[in-house]
Amino acid sequence: MNPTSLLKQAEEEQQRQQQLNLRVFLCYSTPCIAAGAEQVKTALESLIKEKQLNTELEIVATGCMGPCSRGPLLRIKPAEGEEQTYEKVTPEQAREILLHSIEQRPVETEALPADLPFFARQTRIVLSNNGEIDPEKIEHCIARGAYSALAHVLHEMSPEEVCNEIKNSGLRGRGGGGYPAGVKWNLVRKSPADRKYVVANGDEGDPGAYMDRTIMESDPHRVLEGMAIAGYAVGAEQGYIYVRGEYPLAAARLVKAIKAAERRGLLGSRVLGSNFNFRIDLRVGAGAFVCGEETALMTSIMGRRGQPVPRPPYPAQSGLWGYPTLINNVESFANVAPIMEKGADWFASFGTDKSKGTKVFALCGEVVNSGLIEVPMGISLRDIVFEIGGGLPDGGKFKAAQTGGPSGGCIPAEFLDTPVDYESLKELGSIMGSGGLIVMNETSCMPDVAKFFMEFCLDESCGKCVSCRVGTVEMYELLKRITDGSAMLTDLEILEELCELVQETSLCGLGMTAPNPVLNTLKYYRDEYLAHIENKSCPAGVCQLDQIPLMKLPEHAAERAVFKEER
Amino acid sequence: MPVITLTIDDELVSARAGQSILEACREHGIKIPTLCNLDGLSARGGCRLCLVEVAGNPRLLPACTTEALENMVVTTHNEKIDRYRRMILELTFAERNHTCAVCVSNQHCELQTLAAELGMDHVRYDYLNPELGLDTSHARYGVDHNRCVLCLRCVRVCDEVEGAHTWDVKGRGIESRVITDLNRPWGDSESCTECGKCVEVCPTGALFDKGSAVAEMKKEASFLRRILDGREKNEWRR
Amino acid sequence: MSQNSKKVRLATAWLGGCSGCHMSFLDLDELLIELIEKVDIVYGPLVDHKEFPEDVDICLVEGAVTNVENLELARQIRTNSKIVISFGDCAVTGNVTSMRNRIPIKDLLTAVYHEAQAPIGAESLKVLPALLKKALPLHQAIKVDLYLPGCPPDPERIATAVTALLEGREVELAPQMRTFG
Repeated sequence: MNPTSLLKQAEEEQQRQQQLNLRVFLCYSTPCIAAGAEQVKTALESLIKEKQLNTELEIVATGCMGPCSRGPLLRIKPAEGEEQTYEKVTPEQAREILLHSIEQRPVETEALPADLPFFARQTRIVLSNNGEIDPEKIEHCIARGAYSALAHVLHEMSPEEVCNEIKNSGLRGRGGGGYPAGVKWNLVRKSPADRKYVVANGDEGDPGAYMDRTIMESDPHRVLEGMAIAGYAVGAEQGYIYVRGEYPLAAARLVKAIKAAERRGLLGSRVLGSNFNFRIDLRVGAGAFVCGEETALMTSIMGRRGQPVPRPPYPAQSGLWGYPTLINNVESFANVAPIMEKGADWFASFGTDKSKGTKVFALCGEVVNSGLIEVPMGISLRDIVFEIGGGLPDGGKFKAAQTGGPSGGCIPAEFLDTPVDYESLKELGSIMGSGGLIVMNETSCMPDVAKFFMEFCLDESCGKCVSCRVGTVEMYELLKRITDGSAMLTDLEILEELCELVQETSLCGLGMTAPNPVLNTLKYYRDEYLAHIENKSCPAGVCQLDQIPLMKLPEHAAERAVFKEER
Repeated sequence: MPVITLTIDDELVSARAGQSILEACREHGIKIPTLCNLDGLSARGGCRLCLVEVAGNPRLLPACTTEALENMVVTTHNEKIDRYRRMILELTFAERNHTCAVCVSNQHCELQTLAAELGMDHVRYDYLNPELGLDTSHARYGVDHNRCVLCLRCVRVCDEVEGAHTWDVKGRGIESRVITDLNRPWGDSESCTECGKCVEVCPTGALFDKGSAVAEMKKEASFLRRILDGREKNEWRR
Repeated sequence: MSQNSKKVRLATAWLGGCSGCHMSFLDLDELLIELIEKVDIVYGPLVDHKEFPEDVDICLVEGAVTNVENLELARQIRTNSKIVISFGDCAVTGNVTSMRNRIPIKDLLTAVYHEAQAPIGAESLKVLPALLKKALPLHQAIKVDLYLPGCPPDPERIATAVTALLEGREVELAPQMRTFG
């Protein structure tokens, strides 16, 4: 394929789609499949077979449409007239909707209002194809412009220009760190080496986060295209996309997408008729959270035990097999093609001064509309939770929003109007992270939340460095004691000092950030910790505090895990 | 080889380009505590005892894996670093069952010596008291996981010097254990050459000669340098 | 000492330990004679006092806190003593006494009093003080002012520490005097 034939194929596919009377979009991503999308699809297909409608309409099994708590989602797009979206669709309803739509009769099932804030308040750059294409059909992607940015870059731009465009766009790493992507790209480009690599980090592991999974499942070609552009920009001919083992659907779709792109000359040798060669291989993780850390991820790609190595040297200097390696998050790569297509200035027009563009969040917890959203950087937390999320269910009172997973922290209600960007969240003692956003109501106990994340970290610690391996366990023991009522005030001091140690002396990001949920909740909810310790009470009513007087009942005392007097 | 100059603890020090901060310090008699590091084995950066401050870097860096660079300003000791080192030792002691009094390496143990030298005289954290066993299936040697600090000197010496790669690690985090031959008993190992290098480099009583009683297990890790130097100079070729 | 008339009130206590630390104390030999001129030994296995007295200046505590009786005594020691010293590895680290921590208490008692050939039988369980779930180093039960490690601590260590305290100096043990084991 060359740029001309790419354009031709896009036009042909667009025409084919326009000739259909009706296009039925069924959300076919993991949450909707779990909610019954498969049965809906079977019902629709049997109806089509029954009525012999296959020439007039098509069913598109799309990627994630967004409001996952409302799945399965079904969208009807007639050639003429308004498109409609239906929520929580059962196979019977799906039949009715399709039948009535074909016959142009009023549909009985109630559609979602077209101006639902959930959709209206979003800005979709990365997710723009979600819900519009079948990710397993490369024609759909090409019809929506996939690989046109790559064609443009390969034939019209120099690698330096590409890097500068990324730099000017202000794109920052979407994996959580927020390191300026352009700076990283230029570093790798300028590193002298006869071989370089591009790696996409799809080892998303934060509890409750599924942004990267959705991007890979819903629009794999966007990620591949971004990687290829990066490969051209930094001078790499080999890319790896590392997907965690828990994402079999994403891995399967990526494999399909890579094959389809290679077959059409969009990846592989002489990409799009240029002199640029770029292969992408998939690597599947084996269930270690730490492999989301870039150096651990690379050791895993090289077939070794997935453990981090000290930086410096940074991957840009010495990465895979000692060669300069550009490693970015999947979402970062997904932003590349739109930047190349519409320009750095266009991209920089979204977001805030220091955080440009949009961010995808997985909104979940105590919120009416949970799901996957994409919002411009700088939007307030209040808008996300109460506008897009529709507030808390059952009249619940907002207590905190947890961002950044086990590396992040909880943002209390008084900061609801804080703009969501890298700096502001950091100032509040949390982080942007990869995009998990968990809303909590008054029934969440903060020491308990901290304990939950600490348990996660101790379980996921790789064990290489002492600070993280033992530090997380000891922090967990102290939190356990606080939440079971056997802690003393001195334990709180020991905990805080230990947090500082683990933060400052751990080898990699996992350990360095493991104390964050503790430190952050101690900052805003210290009174809750004190209530547990001094009054042996849990304000949120979560913890079972053992109130046995310490020395009075020795026969019970003997059963106590820890047994201390105020020192 | 190009020579660089850097400042370590307010003193100008010269080093060869490519040397680590730790190597530069050792050549100039500046003492930095280490546990996982051993001259002759690859640097690992796992024990965190050799952390030093490098001016301009917000984080403490392990001296063993950080390259010494021209004009670098390094601080190897201050109140904070010393306190952190003691805390790291506390964590190391709390992790497993280091009952010095009944250990084969009592009085000859690097961990024990470090605690005394750095003034770590008690552990404030809960002793985890894990349930760990011994493997004494090997004819000559034994491994006591209660004493293991996961420095992985055994793994590295077996792989890098002996070339057998009998030792490796299973599990992760607090569940990490050194293993022989895909977690088979040491005595059944087909790759083990019985060279005993792992025993000699082990800093604690985790690896020992069978038959050693309390305080009888003395080790001599300096053999490693002799072997490596000898190899380099082809001393054993005719 | 400010006044010759008032001797320092020294106590020693024996919690969950083997009494080896006390043996080492007795190994102070002729120093004991000097010592006895400066101190009154007011409590401990070496003297015959049933109750832990008040106004103790220095208390050397041997052994880990392993049962409720130990805990009770430890607390009394803390309340009544100015300086509490963790005396020996069992008090400092739990040491051998804490090697039982991996075994559930029930299994432990069954093994010792029901299955083993012990001179005492199951009925003695009723009079045994209840064991804590884990044997703890002294500082995890009460505040400790000084740590004197060793199994047992050499007489030299004891002498260095006690002499310094009696002279009102801060106790500074050289690295080789503060090794465990």
